[in-house]
Amino acid sequence: MKATGVHALMDLVARHRVVAVLAFLLVFPLLMPYEALAVNILIFGLYAVGFNLLFGYTGMLSFGHAAFLGVGSYLTGMSIVHAHLHWLLAIAVGVAAAALVGLLIGHLAIRTRGIYFSMVTLALGQIVYFAFYKAESWTGGENGLRGVTVAPFEVLGLRVDLTNPIAKYYFILGFVALALGLVSRILASPFGAVIEAIRENEKRALACGYDVARSKILVFVLSATICGLAGSLRALHLSVVPIDSLHYLQSGQAVMMCLLGGMGTFFGPFVGAAIFLYLEDVVTSLTRHWMAVVGAIFILFILFFPRGVWGSLMARWQRSATREPSSPAVEQSGPA
Amino acid sequence: MNGRAASDILIEARQVSQRFGAFQALSDISVQFRAKQLCAIIGPNGAGKSTFFNILSGSISPSAGSVWFKGQDITGLAQHEYARHGIAKSFQITNVFKQLSAHENVRVAAQMRHARFDFFNPRARLSAVASQADALLERVGLAHLRNRSAGDLAHGQQRALEVAMALAAEPQLLLMDEPTAGMSPEETVVMMGLITQLAAERTVILVEHKMKLVMGICQTLIVLHHGQLLAQGSPDEIRANAEVRRVYLGQG
Repeated sequence: MKATGVHALMDLVARHRVVAVLAFLLVFPLLMPYEALAVNILIFGLYAVGFNLLFGYTGMLSFGHAAFLGVGSYLTGMSIVHAHLHWLLAIAVGVAAAALVGLLIGHLAIRTRGIYFSMVTLALGQIVYFAFYKAESWTGGENGLRGVTVAPFEVLGLRVDLTNPIAKYYFILGFVALALGLVSRILASPFGAVIEAIRENEKRALACGYDVARSKILVFVLSATICGLAGSLRALHLSVVPIDSLHYLQSGQAVMMCLLGGMGTFFGPFVGAAIFLYLEDVVTSLTRHWMAVVGAIFILFILFFPRGVWGSLMARWQRSATREPSSPAVEQSGPA
Repeated sequence: MNGRAASDILIEARQVSQRFGAFQALSDISVQFRAKQLCAIIGPNGAGKSTFFNILSGSISPSAGSVWFKGQDITGLAQHEYARHGIAKSFQITNVFKQLSAHENVRVAAQMRHARFDFFNPRARLSAVASQADALLERVGLAHLRNRSAGDLAHGQQRALEVAMALAAEPQLLLMDEPTAGMSPEETVVMMGLITQLAAERTVILVEHKMKLVMGICQTLIVLHHGQLLAQGSPDEIRANAEVRRVYLGQG
Protein backbone atom coordinates (compact mmCIF):
# COMPACT_ATOMS: atom_id res chain seq x y z
CA MET A 1 0.00 0.00 0.00
CA LYS A 2 1.27 3.44 -0.85
CA ALA A 3 1.70 5.76 2.10
CA THR A 4 0.10 8.69 0.30
CA GLY A 5 -2.92 6.55 -0.59
CA VAL A 6 -3.46 5.63 3.05
CA HIS A 7 -3.05 9.21 4.17
CA ALA A 8 -5.45 10.49 1.52
CA LEU A 9 -8.01 7.89 2.55
CA MET A 10 -7.63 8.66 6.24
CA ASP A 11 -7.80 12.35 5.51
CA LEU A 12 -11.05 11.75 3.66
CA VAL A 13 -12.51 9.73 6.54
CA ALA A 14 -11.34 12.36 9.01
CA ARG A 15 -13.11 15.09 7.05
CA HIS A 16 -16.25 13.14 6.34
CA ARG A 17 -16.91 11.84 9.81
CA VAL A 18 -18.25 15.24 10.83
CA VAL A 19 -20.32 15.59 7.68
CA ALA A 20 -21.67 12.07 8.21
CA VAL A 21 -22.71 12.65 11.80
CA LEU A 22 -24.30 16.00 10.94
CA ALA A 23 -26.32 14.55 8.08
CA PHE A 24 -27.62 11.95 10.49
CA LEU A 25 -28.37 14.51 13.19
CA LEU A 26 -30.36 16.64 10.76
CA VAL A 27 -33.00 13.92 10.35
CA PHE A 28 -32.55 12.51 13.83
CA PRO A 29 -35.57 14.17 15.52
CA LEU A 30 -37.86 12.41 13.03
CA LEU A 31 -36.62 9.06 14.34
CA MET A 32 -37.23 9.82 18.00
CA PRO A 33 -40.57 9.46 19.82
CA TYR A 34 -40.47 13.16 20.69
CA GLU A 35 -38.13 16.07 20.12
CA ALA A 36 -37.06 16.67 23.70
CA LEU A 37 -35.41 13.26 23.74
CA ALA A 38 -33.53 14.12 20.56
CA VAL A 39 -32.34 17.38 22.15
CA ASN A 40 -31.25 15.48 25.24
CA ILE A 41 -29.27 13.02 23.16
CA LEU A 42 -27.64 15.90 21.31
CA ILE A 43 -26.57 17.57 24.54
CA PHE A 44 -25.41 14.45 26.33
CA GLY A 45 -23.75 13.20 23.15
CA LEU A 46 -21.65 16.35 23.18
CA TYR A 47 -21.00 15.93 26.90
CA ALA A 48 -19.79 12.36 26.32
CA VAL A 49 -17.64 13.44 23.36
CA GLY A 50 -15.97 16.05 25.55
CA PHE A 51 -15.43 13.52 28.29
CA ASN A 52 -14.06 10.98 25.80
CA LEU A 53 -11.34 13.42 24.76
CA LEU A 54 -9.86 12.90 28.20
CA PHE A 55 -10.97 9.33 28.93
CA GLY A 56 -10.83 7.54 25.58
CA TYR A 57 -8.05 9.46 23.86
CA THR A 58 -5.74 10.46 26.70
CA GLY A 59 -6.48 7.57 29.04
CA MET A 60 -7.45 9.66 32.07
CA LEU A 61 -10.61 8.55 33.87
CA SER A 62 -12.21 11.58 35.49
CA PHE A 63 -15.09 11.14 37.92
CA GLY A 64 -15.66 14.84 38.23
CA HIS A 65 -16.90 15.92 34.84
CA ALA A 66 -20.34 16.83 36.17
CA ALA A 67 -18.57 19.90 37.54
CA PHE A 68 -18.04 21.21 33.99
CA LEU A 69 -21.51 20.31 32.78
CA GLY A 70 -22.98 21.95 35.87
CA VAL A 71 -20.80 25.04 35.88
CA GLY A 72 -21.62 25.59 32.20
CA SER A 73 -25.34 25.24 32.98
CA TYR A 74 -25.34 27.40 36.09
CA LEU A 75 -23.23 30.23 34.75
CA THR A 76 -25.28 30.44 31.57
CA GLY A 77 -28.46 30.27 33.62
CA MET A 78 -27.29 32.85 36.16
CA SER A 79 -26.16 35.18 33.37
CA ILE A 80 -29.67 35.11 31.95
CA VAL A 81 -31.66 35.09 35.23
CA HIS A 82 -29.63 37.56 37.28
CA ALA A 83 -27.68 39.61 34.75
CA HIS A 84 -30.19 39.49 31.87
CA LEU A 85 -27.37 38.91 29.42
CA HIS A 86 -27.91 38.16 25.75
CA TRP A 87 -28.19 34.38 25.23
CA LEU A 88 -25.01 34.23 23.15
CA LEU A 89 -23.05 36.06 25.80
CA ALA A 90 -24.59 33.83 28.45
CA ILE A 91 -23.36 30.74 26.60
CA ALA A 92 -19.91 32.31 26.33
CA VAL A 93 -19.87 32.99 30.09
CA GLY A 94 -20.90 29.40 30.85
CA VAL A 95 -18.27 27.91 28.54
CA ALA A 96 -15.52 30.21 29.82
CA ALA A 97 -16.39 29.42 33.43
CA ALA A 98 -16.26 25.69 32.72
CA ALA A 99 -12.86 26.13 31.05
CA LEU A 100 -11.59 28.07 34.07
CA VAL A 101 -12.85 25.48 36.55
CA GLY A 102 -11.28 22.87 34.26
CA LEU A 103 -7.96 24.65 34.49
CA LEU A 104 -8.12 24.73 38.29
CA ILE A 105 -9.24 21.13 38.74
CA GLY A 106 -6.96 19.87 35.98
CA HIS A 107 -3.97 21.65 37.47
CA LEU A 108 -4.49 19.86 40.78
CA ALA A 109 -5.61 16.49 39.46
CA ILE A 110 -2.95 15.79 36.84
CA ARG A 111 -0.35 15.44 39.58
CA THR A 112 -1.90 12.04 40.23
CA ARG A 113 -2.45 8.99 38.06
CA GLY A 114 -4.85 6.09 37.72
CA ILE A 115 -7.35 5.59 40.53
CA TYR A 116 -5.91 8.56 42.46
CA PHE A 117 -6.69 10.82 39.53
CA SER A 118 -10.26 9.51 39.49
CA MET A 119 -10.61 10.11 43.23
CA VAL A 120 -9.14 13.61 43.13
CA THR A 121 -11.46 14.64 40.29
CA LEU A 122 -14.40 13.11 42.17
CA ALA A 123 -13.53 15.04 45.33
CA LEU A 124 -13.00 18.34 43.53
CA GLY A 125 -16.24 17.80 41.62
CA GLN A 126 -18.05 17.36 44.92
CA ILE A 127 -16.57 20.62 46.20
CA VAL A 128 -18.08 22.38 43.19
CA TYR A 129 -21.41 20.63 43.89
CA PHE A 130 -21.52 21.86 47.48
CA ALA A 131 -20.38 25.35 46.58
CA PHE A 132 -23.35 25.73 44.22
CA TYR A 133 -25.66 23.94 46.62
CA LYS A 134 -24.82 26.39 49.41
CA ALA A 135 -24.90 29.56 47.29
CA GLU A 136 -28.68 29.43 47.41
CA SER A 137 -29.40 33.08 46.71
CA TRP A 138 -27.60 32.80 43.38
CA THR A 139 -28.22 29.22 42.37
CA GLY A 140 -31.53 28.37 44.00
CA GLY A 141 -29.83 25.70 46.13
CA GLU A 142 -31.51 22.32 46.07
CA ASN A 143 -34.47 23.64 44.08
CA GLY A 144 -32.18 24.48 41.22
CA LEU A 145 -32.14 27.67 39.20
CA ARG A 146 -35.46 28.54 37.62
CA GLY A 147 -36.54 30.89 34.89
CA VAL A 148 -33.79 30.45 32.34
CA THR A 149 -35.92 31.61 29.45
CA VAL A 150 -34.92 33.27 26.23
CA ALA A 151 -37.43 35.39 24.33
CA PRO A 152 -37.80 34.62 20.61
CA PHE A 153 -34.97 36.19 18.63
CA GLU A 154 -33.69 36.43 15.10
CA VAL A 155 -30.58 34.74 13.71
CA LEU A 156 -29.59 35.51 10.11
CA GLY A 157 -33.11 36.67 9.37
CA LEU A 158 -34.67 33.53 10.86
CA ARG A 159 -37.00 33.87 13.79
CA VAL A 160 -36.03 31.36 16.50
CA ASP A 161 -38.45 30.50 19.25
CA LEU A 162 -36.90 28.14 21.79
CA THR A 163 -40.29 27.09 23.09
CA ASN A 164 -40.77 25.31 19.77
CA PRO A 165 -39.02 21.91 20.24
CA ILE A 166 -37.97 21.55 16.60
CA ALA A 167 -36.54 25.07 16.47
CA LYS A 168 -34.73 24.36 19.71
CA TYR A 169 -33.30 21.15 18.30
CA TYR A 170 -31.80 22.84 15.25
CA PHE A 171 -30.62 25.81 17.31
CA ILE A 172 -28.70 23.49 19.63
CA LEU A 173 -27.52 21.35 16.72
CA GLY A 174 -25.74 24.42 15.35
CA PHE A 175 -23.57 24.65 18.45
CA VAL A 176 -23.06 20.90 18.68
CA ALA A 177 -21.96 20.85 15.04
CA LEU A 178 -19.35 23.54 15.67
CA ALA A 179 -18.06 21.71 18.73
CA LEU A 180 -17.89 18.36 16.95
CA GLY A 181 -15.99 19.95 14.09
CA LEU A 182 -13.54 21.41 16.57
CA VAL A 183 -13.03 18.09 18.40
CA SER A 184 -12.53 16.33 15.09
CA ARG A 185 -9.85 18.83 14.08
CA ILE A 186 -8.10 18.48 17.41
CA LEU A 187 -8.06 14.70 17.16
CA ALA A 188 -6.62 14.81 13.63
CA SER A 189 -3.98 17.37 14.60
CA PRO A 190 -0.43 16.67 15.77
CA PHE A 191 -1.65 17.34 19.30
CA GLY A 192 -4.22 14.58 18.86
CA ALA A 193 -1.36 12.20 18.12
CA VAL A 194 0.46 13.33 21.27
CA ILE A 195 -2.47 12.64 23.60
CA GLU A 196 -2.90 9.16 22.15
CA ALA A 197 0.80 8.57 22.68
CA ILE A 198 0.38 9.66 26.31
CA ARG A 199 -2.50 7.20 26.72
CA GLU A 200 -0.39 4.39 25.29
CA ASN A 201 2.79 5.04 27.22
CA GLU A 202 3.46 8.13 29.25
CA LYS A 203 7.09 7.27 29.89
CA ARG A 204 7.82 6.91 26.20
CA ALA A 205 5.96 10.12 25.36
CA LEU A 206 8.23 11.94 27.81
CA ALA A 207 11.31 10.32 26.33
CA CYS A 208 10.12 11.43 22.89
CA GLY A 209 10.35 15.01 24.14
CA TYR A 210 6.68 15.79 24.78
CA ASP A 211 5.72 17.87 27.78
CA VAL A 212 3.25 15.37 29.19
CA ALA A 213 2.08 17.51 32.13
CA ARG A 214 1.29 20.49 29.92
CA SER A 215 -0.44 18.34 27.31
CA LYS A 216 -2.59 16.77 30.03
CA ILE A 217 -3.67 20.15 31.41
CA LEU A 218 -4.50 21.34 27.91
CA VAL A 219 -6.58 18.33 27.04
CA PHE A 220 -8.28 18.56 30.42
CA VAL A 221 -9.28 22.16 29.77
CA LEU A 222 -10.45 21.32 26.23
CA SER A 223 -12.54 18.49 27.60
CA ALA A 224 -14.00 20.75 30.32
CA THR A 225 -14.80 23.40 27.72
CA ILE A 226 -16.75 20.99 25.52
CA CYS A 227 -18.64 19.62 28.53
CA GLY A 228 -19.28 23.20 29.66
CA LEU A 229 -20.86 23.99 26.29
CA ALA A 230 -23.08 20.93 26.66
CA GLY A 231 -24.10 22.29 30.06
CA SER A 232 -24.80 25.77 28.70
CA LEU A 233 -27.06 24.36 26.00
CA ARG A 234 -28.82 22.21 28.56
CA ALA A 235 -29.73 25.29 30.61
CA LEU A 236 -31.41 26.78 27.53
CA HIS A 237 -33.04 23.44 26.73
CA LEU A 238 -34.56 22.85 30.16
CA SER A 239 -35.17 26.51 31.14
CA VAL A 240 -34.01 25.44 34.61
CA VAL A 241 -30.72 24.23 36.03
CA PRO A 242 -31.29 21.28 38.34
CA ILE A 243 -28.70 20.82 41.11
CA ASP A 244 -28.35 17.22 39.82
CA SER A 245 -26.31 18.65 36.94
CA LEU A 246 -23.37 18.79 39.33
CA HIS A 247 -24.00 15.47 41.04
CA TYR A 248 -21.40 12.73 40.71
CA LEU A 249 -24.02 10.45 39.17
CA GLN A 250 -23.86 12.79 36.21
CA SER A 251 -20.08 12.20 36.05
CA GLY A 252 -20.72 8.47 36.15
CA GLN A 253 -23.13 8.77 33.24
CA ALA A 254 -20.37 10.14 31.03
CA VAL A 255 -18.28 7.06 31.82
CA MET A 256 -21.19 4.73 31.05
CA MET A 257 -22.04 6.48 27.80
CA CYS A 258 -18.43 6.24 26.62
CA LEU A 259 -18.15 2.58 27.54
CA LEU A 260 -21.51 1.72 25.95
CA GLY A 261 -20.66 3.43 22.70
CA GLY A 262 -16.94 2.78 22.57
CA MET A 263 -14.26 4.85 24.25
CA GLY A 264 -11.52 6.27 22.08
CA THR A 265 -13.70 6.37 18.97
CA PHE A 266 -15.13 9.58 17.54
CA PHE A 267 -18.81 8.59 17.30
CA GLY A 268 -18.80 6.06 20.15
CA PRO A 269 -19.77 8.46 22.95
CA PHE A 270 -22.62 9.85 20.87
CA VAL A 271 -23.93 6.37 20.14
CA GLY A 272 -23.54 5.54 23.84
CA ALA A 273 -25.47 8.63 24.89
CA ALA A 274 -28.25 7.79 22.43
CA ILE A 275 -28.56 4.19 23.67
CA PHE A 276 -28.43 5.25 27.31
CA LEU A 277 -31.04 7.99 27.04
CA TYR A 278 -33.34 6.06 24.71
CA LEU A 279 -33.32 3.06 27.05
CA GLU A 280 -33.86 5.32 30.03
CA ASP A 281 -36.86 6.85 28.29
CA VAL A 282 -38.36 3.49 27.36
CA VAL A 283 -37.66 1.74 30.66
CA THR A 284 -38.80 4.55 32.96
CA SER A 285 -42.19 4.44 31.28
CA LEU A 286 -42.45 0.75 32.27
CA THR A 287 -40.91 0.64 35.74
CA ARG A 288 -39.58 2.94 38.42
CA HIS A 289 -36.47 0.78 38.86
CA TRP A 290 -34.66 2.18 35.86
CA MET A 291 -31.24 2.03 37.51
CA ALA A 292 -31.53 -1.72 38.14
CA VAL A 293 -32.40 -2.32 34.52
CA VAL A 294 -29.67 -0.06 33.22
CA GLY A 295 -27.15 -1.91 35.43
CA ALA A 296 -28.10 -5.24 33.88
CA ILE A 297 -28.02 -3.82 30.37
CA PHE A 298 -24.68 -2.20 31.04
CA ILE A 299 -23.20 -5.52 32.18
CA LEU A 300 -24.53 -7.26 29.06
CA PHE A 301 -23.03 -4.65 26.80
CA ILE A 302 -19.66 -4.83 28.55
CA LEU A 303 -19.68 -8.64 28.22
CA PHE A 304 -20.69 -8.79 24.57
CA PHE A 305 -19.39 -5.50 23.24
CA PRO A 306 -16.22 -4.88 25.26
CA ARG A 307 -15.21 -2.14 22.83
CA GLY A 308 -18.66 -0.59 22.97
CA VAL A 309 -21.33 -0.79 20.30
CA TRP A 310 -19.68 1.61 17.89
CA GLY A 311 -16.15 0.46 18.77
CA SER A 312 -17.06 -3.17 18.00
CA LEU A 313 -18.62 -2.19 14.69
CA MET A 314 -15.51 -0.21 13.78
CA ALA A 315 -13.23 -3.09 14.71
CA ARG A 316 -15.25 -5.49 12.57
CA TRP A 317 -15.25 -3.09 9.66
CA GLN A 318 -11.50 -2.53 9.89
CA ARG A 319 -10.80 -6.25 10.14
CA SER A 320 -12.74 -6.98 6.98
CA ALA A 321 -11.12 -4.02 5.27
CA THR A 322 -7.54 -5.08 6.02
CA ARG A 323 -8.21 -8.84 6.28
CA GLU A 324 -5.92 -9.05 9.25
CA PRO A 325 -6.80 -11.43 12.04
CA SER A 326 -4.94 -9.38 14.65
CA SER A 327 -6.37 -6.30 16.29
CA PRO A 328 -6.26 -3.40 13.86
CA ALA A 329 -3.69 -0.71 14.43
CA VAL A 330 -4.77 2.84 14.96
CA GLU A 331 -3.53 4.74 11.96
CA GLN A 332 -3.15 8.50 11.64
CA SER A 333 -6.33 10.17 12.74
CA GLY A 334 -7.69 7.01 14.30
CA PRO A 335 -10.94 5.22 13.63
CA ALA A 336 -14.09 7.21 13.18
CA MET B 1 42.44 14.27 32.00
CA ASN B 2 44.77 13.81 29.12
CA GLY B 3 44.54 17.16 27.41
CA ARG B 4 41.53 16.48 25.19
CA ALA B 5 39.91 19.44 23.51
CA ALA B 6 36.89 20.41 25.62
CA SER B 7 34.68 20.63 22.53
CA ASP B 8 35.22 16.95 21.95
CA ILE B 9 33.30 16.14 25.13
CA LEU B 10 29.64 15.52 24.44
CA ILE B 11 28.30 14.57 27.84
CA GLU B 12 29.99 14.63 31.18
CA ALA B 13 29.12 13.54 34.71
CA ARG B 14 30.77 15.64 37.41
CA GLN B 15 31.04 14.10 40.86
CA VAL B 16 27.67 12.48 40.56
CA SER B 17 26.29 10.75 43.64
CA GLN B 18 22.93 9.14 44.22
CA ARG B 19 21.41 8.04 47.50
CA PHE B 20 18.18 6.12 47.90
CA GLY B 21 17.46 6.54 51.61
CA ALA B 22 20.39 4.99 53.42
CA PHE B 23 21.61 3.21 50.30
CA GLN B 24 24.42 4.86 48.40
CA ALA B 25 23.78 3.76 44.82
CA LEU B 26 26.50 5.88 43.24
CA SER B 27 29.34 7.78 44.83
CA ASP B 28 31.31 10.54 43.25
CA ILE B 29 31.33 9.42 39.62
CA SER B 30 33.12 11.71 37.18
CA VAL B 31 33.19 10.54 33.58
CA GLN B 32 33.50 12.25 30.22
CA PHE B 33 32.06 10.80 27.05
CA ARG B 34 33.52 11.94 23.75
CA ALA B 35 31.51 12.69 20.64
CA LYS B 36 30.81 9.96 18.07
CA GLN B 37 32.01 7.14 20.20
CA LEU B 38 30.46 3.86 21.15
CA CYS B 39 30.81 3.50 24.85
CA ALA B 40 29.56 0.85 27.26
CA ILE B 41 28.85 1.07 30.96
CA ILE B 42 29.44 -2.35 32.41
CA GLY B 43 29.54 -3.89 35.85
CA PRO B 44 28.04 -6.75 37.87
CA ASN B 45 24.40 -6.66 38.96
CA GLY B 46 23.80 -3.93 41.51
CA ALA B 47 26.85 -1.97 40.43
CA GLY B 48 24.76 1.17 39.82
CA LYS B 49 24.69 0.96 36.01
CA SER B 50 20.99 1.60 35.65
CA THR B 51 21.06 4.42 38.20
CA PHE B 52 23.88 6.06 36.29
CA PHE B 53 21.99 5.53 33.03
CA ASN B 54 18.88 7.13 34.52
CA ILE B 55 20.89 10.14 35.63
CA LEU B 56 22.53 10.57 32.21
CA SER B 57 19.16 10.29 30.50
CA GLY B 58 17.38 12.64 32.91
CA SER B 59 14.93 10.16 34.43
CA ILE B 60 16.28 11.00 37.87
CA SER B 61 18.29 13.94 38.98
CA PRO B 62 21.33 13.10 41.11
CA SER B 63 21.52 13.73 44.89
CA ALA B 64 24.81 15.50 44.28
CA GLY B 65 26.95 16.46 41.32
CA SER B 66 25.95 17.61 37.85
CA VAL B 67 25.51 16.46 34.27
CA TRP B 68 26.87 18.59 31.43
CA PHE B 69 25.86 18.25 27.79
CA LYS B 70 27.78 20.17 25.13
CA GLY B 71 29.24 22.44 27.80
CA GLN B 72 25.86 23.20 29.35
CA ASP B 73 24.66 22.15 32.79
CA ILE B 74 21.51 20.09 32.22
CA THR B 75 21.13 18.66 35.73
CA GLY B 76 17.54 18.70 36.92
CA LEU B 77 15.98 19.68 33.60
CA ALA B 78 12.57 18.15 32.94
CA GLN B 79 12.78 14.82 31.18
CA HIS B 80 11.22 15.99 27.94
CA GLU B 81 13.84 18.76 27.79
CA TYR B 82 16.55 16.13 27.53
CA ALA B 83 14.97 14.81 24.36
CA ARG B 84 14.79 18.32 22.93
CA HIS B 85 18.48 18.88 23.68
CA GLY B 86 19.29 15.83 21.56
CA ILE B 87 19.46 13.01 24.08
CA ALA B 88 17.38 9.96 23.18
CA LYS B 89 17.06 6.68 24.99
CA SER B 90 15.75 3.19 24.74
CA PHE B 91 14.57 1.51 27.89
CA GLN B 92 15.54 -1.81 29.41
CA ILE B 93 11.88 -2.80 29.44
CA THR B 94 10.38 -2.15 26.05
CA ASN B 95 8.26 0.99 25.95
CA VAL B 96 6.29 1.41 22.75
CA PHE B 97 2.79 2.70 22.00
CA LYS B 98 1.22 -0.74 21.81
CA GLN B 99 -2.14 0.00 20.19
CA LEU B 100 -0.67 2.29 17.58
CA SER B 101 0.79 1.03 14.32
CA ALA B 102 4.56 0.65 14.00
CA HIS B 103 4.52 3.57 11.59
CA GLU B 104 2.50 5.80 13.92
CA ASN B 105 4.91 4.98 16.78
CA VAL B 106 7.85 6.36 14.84
CA ARG B 107 5.77 9.15 13.28
CA VAL B 108 4.75 10.52 16.68
CA ALA B 109 8.36 10.42 17.81
CA ALA B 110 9.49 12.23 14.65
CA GLN B 111 6.68 14.77 14.94
CA MET B 112 8.23 16.20 18.13
CA ARG B 113 10.72 18.27 16.17
CA HIS B 114 8.02 19.76 13.94
CA ALA B 115 4.79 20.23 15.87
CA ARG B 116 4.15 19.80 19.56
CA PHE B 117 1.20 22.02 20.36
CA ASP B 118 -0.54 22.29 17.03
CA PHE B 119 -4.26 21.71 17.62
CA PHE B 120 -5.71 22.62 14.32
CA ASN B 121 -3.80 21.51 11.25
CA PRO B 122 -4.27 17.93 10.06
CA ARG B 123 -1.22 15.91 11.00
CA ALA B 124 -1.54 14.10 7.67
CA ARG B 125 -0.18 17.30 6.17
CA LEU B 126 3.21 16.74 7.87
CA SER B 127 4.36 14.53 5.04
CA ALA B 128 8.06 15.01 5.81
CA VAL B 129 7.45 13.48 9.23
CA ALA B 130 5.61 10.51 7.74
CA SER B 131 8.33 9.80 5.22
CA GLN B 132 11.04 10.16 7.87
CA ALA B 133 9.16 7.52 9.87
CA ASP B 134 9.12 5.22 6.85
CA ALA B 135 12.84 5.70 6.29
CA LEU B 136 13.55 4.84 9.92
CA LEU B 137 11.39 1.73 9.81
CA GLU B 138 13.34 0.68 6.73
CA ARG B 139 16.59 1.27 8.54
CA VAL B 140 15.75 -0.96 11.52
CA GLY B 141 14.24 -3.59 9.23
CA LEU B 142 10.57 -3.15 10.06
CA ALA B 143 9.31 -1.56 6.85
CA HIS B 144 7.19 -4.61 6.00
CA LEU B 145 5.40 -4.34 9.38
CA ARG B 146 4.56 -0.64 9.21
CA ASN B 147 0.78 -1.06 9.62
CA ARG B 148 0.93 -3.69 12.33
CA SER B 149 0.09 -2.72 15.91
CA ALA B 150 3.31 -2.31 17.88
CA GLY B 151 1.91 -4.61 20.55
CA ASP B 152 1.63 -7.45 18.01
CA LEU B 153 5.32 -7.35 17.07
CA ALA B 154 7.81 -9.90 18.37
CA HIS B 155 10.00 -8.84 21.27
CA GLY B 156 13.08 -8.22 19.14
CA GLN B 157 11.00 -6.23 16.66
CA GLN B 158 9.60 -4.06 19.44
CA ARG B 159 13.14 -3.32 20.58
CA ALA B 160 14.11 -2.39 17.03
CA LEU B 161 11.01 -0.19 16.86
CA GLU B 162 12.15 1.54 20.02
CA VAL B 163 15.50 2.27 18.42
CA ALA B 164 13.72 3.77 15.40
CA MET B 165 11.67 5.95 17.77
CA ALA B 166 14.79 7.11 19.59
CA LEU B 167 16.44 7.94 16.26
CA ALA B 168 13.40 9.89 15.10
CA ALA B 169 14.41 12.77 17.36
CA GLU B 170 17.73 12.89 15.44
CA PRO B 171 19.69 12.75 18.68
CA GLN B 172 23.38 13.47 19.13
CA LEU B 173 23.45 11.08 22.02
CA LEU B 174 21.69 7.75 22.10
CA LEU B 175 21.47 6.03 25.46
CA MET B 176 20.50 2.37 25.46
CA ASP B 177 19.74 0.34 28.56
CA GLU B 178 20.58 -3.31 27.82
CA PRO B 179 19.44 -3.14 24.20
CA THR B 180 19.72 -6.88 23.73
CA ALA B 181 17.93 -7.92 26.93
CA GLY B 182 15.68 -10.89 26.29
CA MET B 183 16.74 -11.23 22.66
CA SER B 184 17.56 -14.45 20.84
CA PRO B 185 21.20 -14.90 19.75
CA GLU B 186 20.24 -14.09 16.14
CA GLU B 187 18.36 -10.95 17.16
CA THR B 188 21.32 -9.95 19.33
CA VAL B 189 23.71 -10.13 16.40
CA VAL B 190 21.42 -7.96 14.28
CA MET B 191 20.99 -5.42 17.08
CA MET B 192 24.72 -5.17 17.77
CA GLY B 193 25.32 -4.63 14.05
CA LEU B 194 22.74 -1.84 14.04
CA ILE B 195 24.28 -0.22 17.11
CA THR B 196 27.74 -0.25 15.54
CA GLN B 197 26.33 1.48 12.46
CA LEU B 198 24.53 4.08 14.53
CA ALA B 199 27.66 4.93 16.48
CA ALA B 200 29.35 6.06 13.28
CA GLU B 201 27.09 9.12 13.23
CA ARG B 202 26.51 9.88 16.89
CA THR B 203 27.55 9.02 20.41
CA VAL B 204 26.03 5.84 21.72
CA ILE B 205 26.23 4.84 25.37
CA LEU B 206 25.11 1.34 26.25
CA VAL B 207 24.46 -0.25 29.59
CA GLU B 208 25.28 -3.90 29.34
CA HIS B 209 26.12 -6.67 31.72
CA LYS B 210 27.22 -9.14 29.09
CA MET B 211 30.81 -7.89 28.83
CA LYS B 212 31.79 -10.13 25.94
CA LEU B 213 29.10 -8.59 23.79
CA VAL B 214 30.51 -5.08 23.95
CA MET B 215 34.27 -5.77 24.11
CA GLY B 216 34.55 -6.16 20.37
CA ILE B 217 32.63 -3.09 19.27
CA CYS B 218 33.18 -0.37 21.91
CA GLN B 219 35.85 2.29 21.87
CA THR B 220 35.51 2.99 25.58
CA LEU B 221 34.33 1.03 28.58
CA ILE B 222 33.29 2.35 31.97
CA VAL B 223 33.33 -0.22 34.75
CA LEU B 224 31.17 0.40 37.81
CA HIS B 225 31.33 -1.64 40.98
CA HIS B 226 29.36 -1.02 44.20
CA GLY B 227 28.43 2.40 42.93
CA GLN B 228 32.00 3.48 42.30
CA LEU B 229 33.98 4.04 39.16
CA LEU B 230 36.34 1.10 39.06
CA ALA B 231 38.02 1.70 35.73
CA GLN B 232 37.64 3.34 32.36
CA GLY B 233 39.52 2.91 29.14
CA SER B 234 39.73 1.01 25.89
CA PRO B 235 38.67 -2.65 25.81
CA ASP B 236 42.34 -3.67 25.90
CA GLU B 237 43.05 -1.53 28.95
CA ILE B 238 40.00 -2.91 30.71
CA ARG B 239 40.99 -6.48 29.90
CA ALA B 240 44.43 -5.82 31.34
CA ASN B 241 43.15 -4.12 34.49
CA ALA B 242 43.83 -6.37 37.48
CA GLU B 243 41.12 -4.76 39.58
CA VAL B 244 38.46 -5.39 36.93
CA ARG B 245 39.60 -8.97 36.46
CA ARG B 246 39.26 -9.56 40.18
CA VAL B 247 35.70 -8.22 40.66
CA TYR B 248 34.18 -8.94 37.32
CA LEU B 249 35.96 -11.19 34.90
CA GLY B 250 36.78 -13.58 37.70
CA GLN B 251 33.10 -14.26 38.13
CA GLY B 252 32.94 -15.49 34.54
